[in-house]
Amino acid sequence: MPQLCELFMKLNNEKIIRSAFGGLALASLLFLIGIILILFKEGLPIFRIINLFEFIGGKAWYPTADPPEFGILPLILGTLWITVGAMLFCIPIGIGSALFLHEIASFRLRSILKPIIEILAGIPSIVYGFFGMVIIAPFLQNLLDIPIGQCALTASLILGIMAVPTVCSLAEDALSFVPKSFREASFALGANRWQTLTRVVIPAAGSGISTAIILGMSRVVGETMTVLMVAGGAAMIPTSFFDPVRPMTATIAAEMGEASVGGSHYHALFAIGLVLFLITMAFNIIAELISCNFRLKLGLGR
Amino acid sequence: MKRSTRVQYLGFGFLYLAVLISVLALGAIVYFITVNGIKVINWEFLTQVPRRAMTRGGVAPALVGTFYLTISAILFALPMGLACAIYLTEYSPKSAMVNVIRMSINNLAGVPSVVFGLFGLTVFVKFLGFGVSILSGSLTLGIMILPGIISAAQEALIAVPQSLREASLALGATQWQTIRKVVLPTALPGILTGVILSIGRAAGETAPIMFTAVIFYTRGFPKSIMDEVMALPYHIYALMTEGTFPERQTMIAYGCALILLLLVLMVSGLAIYLRQRSRKYELT
Repeated sequence: MPQLCELFMKLNNEKIIRSAFGGLALASLLFLIGIILILFKEGLPIFRIINLFEFIGGKAWYPTADPPEFGILPLILGTLWITVGAMLFCIPIGIGSALFLHEIASFRLRSILKPIIEILAGIPSIVYGFFGMVIIAPFLQNLLDIPIGQCALTASLILGIMAVPTVCSLAEDALSFVPKSFREASFALGANRWQTLTRVVIPAAGSGISTAIILGMSRVVGETMTVLMVAGGAAMIPTSFFDPVRPMTATIAAEMGEASVGGSHYHALFAIGLVLFLITMAFNIIAELISCNFRLKLGLGR
Repeated sequence: MKRSTRVQYLGFGFLYLAVLISVLALGAIVYFITVNGIKVINWEFLTQVPRRAMTRGGVAPALVGTFYLTISAILFALPMGLACAIYLTEYSPKSAMVNVIRMSINNLAGVPSVVFGLFGLTVFVKFLGFGVSILSGSLTLGIMILPGIISAAQEALIAVPQSLREASLALGATQWQTIRKVVLPTALPGILTGVILSIGRAAGETAPIMFTAVIFYTRGFPKSIMDEVMALPYHIYALMTEGTFPERQTMIAYGCALILLLLVLMVSGLAIYLRQRSRKYELT
């Protein structure tokens, strides 16, 4: 790379430099396309032995049985339960923290709390998973007197905490975009701070806050190591939050090592990866559309 | 007391509770991991190889492996990310292509880490034939941290006042000279902050390197970039799920988790310090 830079400097030709940067800028596009291509190429062969409906709607995931069964409904439901549980926990805490930072915290308190939230975001998922496995799972098992500590509830709790920083910081950004005049107008009409917050500021920042929630959900759906360690790992259709579950990400991570390359199990795991990718991409696109709308509504340009 | 005032008290009480739970969560994680991890961390733990089925000795190969993986991932992602950010903020014509690039960066940032692992397995390990190695793992990690580096660098570049660029161009500097001598030095603290945070992310990720770089146990230290390695995050996972001495292994895992946690705290601390210093610089 340094030699390459030297070369640029000697040439000092604006056009060459510009197109070189342009070429490198294309890299992320190429990687994204590469990911999509590979997921399709390695995932689609599974549909030679099973049709799409049986794959998505099949109730049994026994990839190593004879004959193997590749129904990923239990895995999808595992992801779904954990996501719903995590959001039930994360939305009040994350949005609440954002409102606190925006409305109540003094400048000093903010400068302490924001780094704390940032550090929560930086803790690796394996550390969350480990913490959940050795501390939270046994704790909940004793507290609620349930047969197994590693269950959907534990996973939801930990993932809920993990998504708090994402939701909180994005929601806080959205709140800070609300023009001051909105608040002043509300105060002038005699509303108190809480009324202003719930009836003026939150609705005005509403789409920004929904973006925050969707991106938080996207993070929860894609989280791997934590669920691998605390969700319990049973590929069954869950019936309660105390059941162990096996979300899609955990299935890929746990089984990729033992699946033989090119076998139907291998292709099935890539197909799960494809489903995951499409879900998170849909979340991202929805979030982007909403936030575009939001910026237009508040007159912030693009 | 008016009803609306009571509601306000209740509402604000809830907000206090929410932020308290966030702080307590961090406190609990730091407390439990520090208290237990500190018991096993000593010089031997940091410098020795694991012995007797992972129950004695240290985790030095995992430390070294994580170090190599992280450094190589940054070396790969930083030039590419920086170039992309420079193109988007300094050169970008308002074209459809630029919007497509922006969108793909956003989407890449949202791809689950395990999917990056699948990509790395297919492309680097199998197709390019790098095998399970530091090279495959760090390229995979590099692609994963790329969007973060791009957006941090973009933010830093956008924060550079337009007047600086205009002044430089007015003195007859070309655009590349302006970027190299004026814009980049001014944006450096912001870019560094982004890079530092990416170091934390790359060092702690497990799923992308699971199929591309790591194994549970190596006899010694990696000798070349084509070797498979041990890595701290994966070592925690392996200690918790394999082996025959769960109690002793859990203690070692606590030690590894503490090292990772300290790394993250250091990295975040450094980033916050840099940001505040550059803010002060802006004010004076």
